[in-house]
Amino acid sequence: MLNYIKLIALGLVTFFALVAMNYARDLAYLVNALTIALVAIGMFIWVLRNTDEPADTRDYSNEYMDGVIRAGVIATALWGVVGFLVGTFIAFQLAFPALNFDWSQGYLNFGRLRPLHTSAVIFAFGGNALIATSFYVVQRTSAARLWGGNLAWFVFWGFQLVIVLAATGYLLGATQGKEYAEPEWYVDWWLTIVWVAYLAVFVGTLVKRKEPHIYVANWFYLSFIITVAMLHIVNNLSVPVSIWGSKSVQLFSGVQDAMTQWWYGHNAVGFFLTAGFLAMMYYFVPKQAGRPVYSYKLSIIHFWALIFLYIWAGPHHLHYTALPDWASTLGMVFSVILWMPSWGGMINGLMTLSGAWDKLRTDPVIRMMVISLGFYGMSTFEGPMMSIRAVNSLSHYTDWTIGHVHSGALGWNGMITFGCLYFLVPKLWNKERLYSLSLVSWHFWLATIGIILYAASMWVTGIMEGLMWREVDANGFLVNSFADTVSAKLPMYVVRGLGGVMFLSGAIIMCYNLYMTVRRSPAIQADNSAVPAE
Amino acid sequence: MADKPEDRNDVGTTGHEWDGIEELNNPLPRWWVWVFYATIIWGLWYTVAYPAWPMISGATEGYMGWSTRANVAAAIEEAEVANAEINERLASVELGEITSDAELQGYARSAGEAVFNTWCVQCHGREGGGFVGYPTLSDDDWLWGGSMEDIHLTISHGIRNEEDPDARYSEMPAFGRDELLGPDEIDQAVNYVMSLSGEPQDASKVEAGSAVYADNCAACHGAAGEGDIFQGAPNLADAIWLYGGDYAALTESVNNARFGVMPGWSNRLSEAEIRAVAAYVHQLGGGE
Repeated sequence: MLNYIKLIALGLVTFFALVAMNYARDLAYLVNALTIALVAIGMFIWVLRNTDEPADTRDYSNEYMDGVIRAGVIATALWGVVGFLVGTFIAFQLAFPALNFDWSQGYLNFGRLRPLHTSAVIFAFGGNALIATSFYVVQRTSAARLWGGNLAWFVFWGFQLVIVLAATGYLLGATQGKEYAEPEWYVDWWLTIVWVAYLAVFVGTLVKRKEPHIYVANWFYLSFIITVAMLHIVNNLSVPVSIWGSKSVQLFSGVQDAMTQWWYGHNAVGFFLTAGFLAMMYYFVPKQAGRPVYSYKLSIIHFWALIFLYIWAGPHHLHYTALPDWASTLGMVFSVILWMPSWGGMINGLMTLSGAWDKLRTDPVIRMMVISLGFYGMSTFEGPMMSIRAVNSLSHYTDWTIGHVHSGALGWNGMITFGCLYFLVPKLWNKERLYSLSLVSWHFWLATIGIILYAASMWVTGIMEGLMWREVDANGFLVNSFADTVSAKLPMYVVRGLGGVMFLSGAIIMCYNLYMTVRRSPAIQADNSAVPAE
Repeated sequence: MADKPEDRNDVGTTGHEWDGIEELNNPLPRWWVWVFYATIIWGLWYTVAYPAWPMISGATEGYMGWSTRANVAAAIEEAEVANAEINERLASVELGEITSDAELQGYARSAGEAVFNTWCVQCHGREGGGFVGYPTLSDDDWLWGGSMEDIHLTISHGIRNEEDPDARYSEMPAFGRDELLGPDEIDQAVNYVMSLSGEPQDASKVEAGSAVYADNCAACHGAAGEGDIFQGAPNLADAIWLYGGDYAALTESVNNARFGVMPGWSNRLSEAEIRAVAAYVHQLGGGE
């Protein structure tokens, strides 16, 4: 019966997507409607073929649901490579503008590829890592199978559809023009549905847990899921110009819109890239190190301090703008107070290794996790510092900001995710060990040196261009034109691009290593039964 | 090493375990707590000292009286006061005096460079180097004249700027598009023009081209292609080309004509700024 309802629903979706295609007012909308129609047709055929087939009656309720996590791990690795590749390419486009080829103007020039890069690494790579690890962690630490049956699969595939719609939309020119919130209104609606389903799966699993307490990693995951839902909805309040077109008009305007955007933007960093990834840290670091978490008390205090303070820090993106001074002050003050709560996670992670420091020599996966915590600590010191108005007046709009973001994104989010993937693949595919630890070491060093080249070159260009912009002569006149700073930055842009090449090479080595782990590593007996810890 | 497990286990765990993970009962690191407190206390002080707390109408202003808008207004005021006297002199003297007065000239140069690097550099290039379609300002080839007076007039009102009746204006006919000349005649004329500056040309067409030129082009560009700054008609014999001097570029120019536009700046820049940037351009290399 359910299958017939699905068939009717999918048929209707196909029909309306084709109607939308026919009336499409712009190319991005047309291609997105076509994509939706093709997906719906494919699913229609798939459901039809399964209708009235004998059902699988085995009872899975005492087993962990790992298939969706395996898919998530693959998606994370592949989207990661795509995102790093686009990032490296646009880094070279900035160094050598000729790479904005004439034949690809309007599709593959920097302006179109840049949001593709940021969304691919943050949402496709980072988002898949978060969804996959949260499904893994919440099951293991609750000793319960994911709630909602195939709803987890809906979350996974629904999220991939968001990525594909957003990415093709960017290349064809559909954008809200809001950083990290570029997808247009219908993609936003679809993401909202997927995200609510994600929340339901996660909370449902927590509710039926067989452990008396909720593990700290799950607090972080839950705060990330709930806050991102709130941020996403408020920042995307908009009215479509037409239901047949991708363009929409934002509800807020002027400085209110800017403030809403950076409330969203900074908390995308705070909850997506910090709270969510701290959740990964809180499970995978103690597991890989085989050591207890350093301090329960620290985890509880820094958790509440972090989520209370982060939400106010957004105005520091709008220092010296139309934003009133009082809002700018509060943003700065909350950012500086946020320093210690952020470091609480680093301390708890690093001190968890007490008694296991020797593993740094032998286990490159631990090394990866440790350096990710190092970069986390560095960027969460740099961030509060850059939020101080006097520092910001130099750093704002310069490449320093880009360097800061990447030491956090490549160093913290990237490295901890790589560590988790190296942990998960042998477990999920029932393998004794990774295919090659020396390849993990290669990955580690390539990525680390790549990040250092990236961050160091951006510090140099950032501070240099900040100083050049404000340089005045004896009469108080500006000395440099904007173009002077651009040409002065060229060598550092090349260095940054090379850093990107190294980071990308490391990720490709990882993909090979993980693939070979699945193909070649000796198998072990599968054990994914949901049993509470003693 | 103080971090050995046996040193730490005496704090015990919370007694829970999740998938093999336990949590130790370590207290908060003291330094962490104190730095956290210190940032909070600093933060409270900062919100009293600076504008911070939103009220029903407006926000607290802070006891230090600090404000970004007031600060920038004060900085602009300071710069304007410091340069007021020389700006006034710059705006009121005869244009010719600017280049002969060392103090004015020095000031105008640095002020003009700042103006140029903000408003002009996008089209005319660093130090007036120019681009295709955007004249080079550092050579001594001038479309509309290179004296201080000429440059000043050009900057103030612009070129082919329809918003300003005083703008410099001229328009070359589109000989090909409007069928004033046939393709053969254009071909010949272009070859003749190329011969003027010694570009490689088809010598067999030069003589015929010379006649076409004399009938159609010489009125503005001069009998020998020397140009006419009163009409902004380029010199065609000096091997300096605004849109390119090869056969294709010249044919395009004759067929469709060019219509380069420059905005006027008198409603955006002060008289002192216009004079300063005129003096800057004048000394780039070609001032007359």
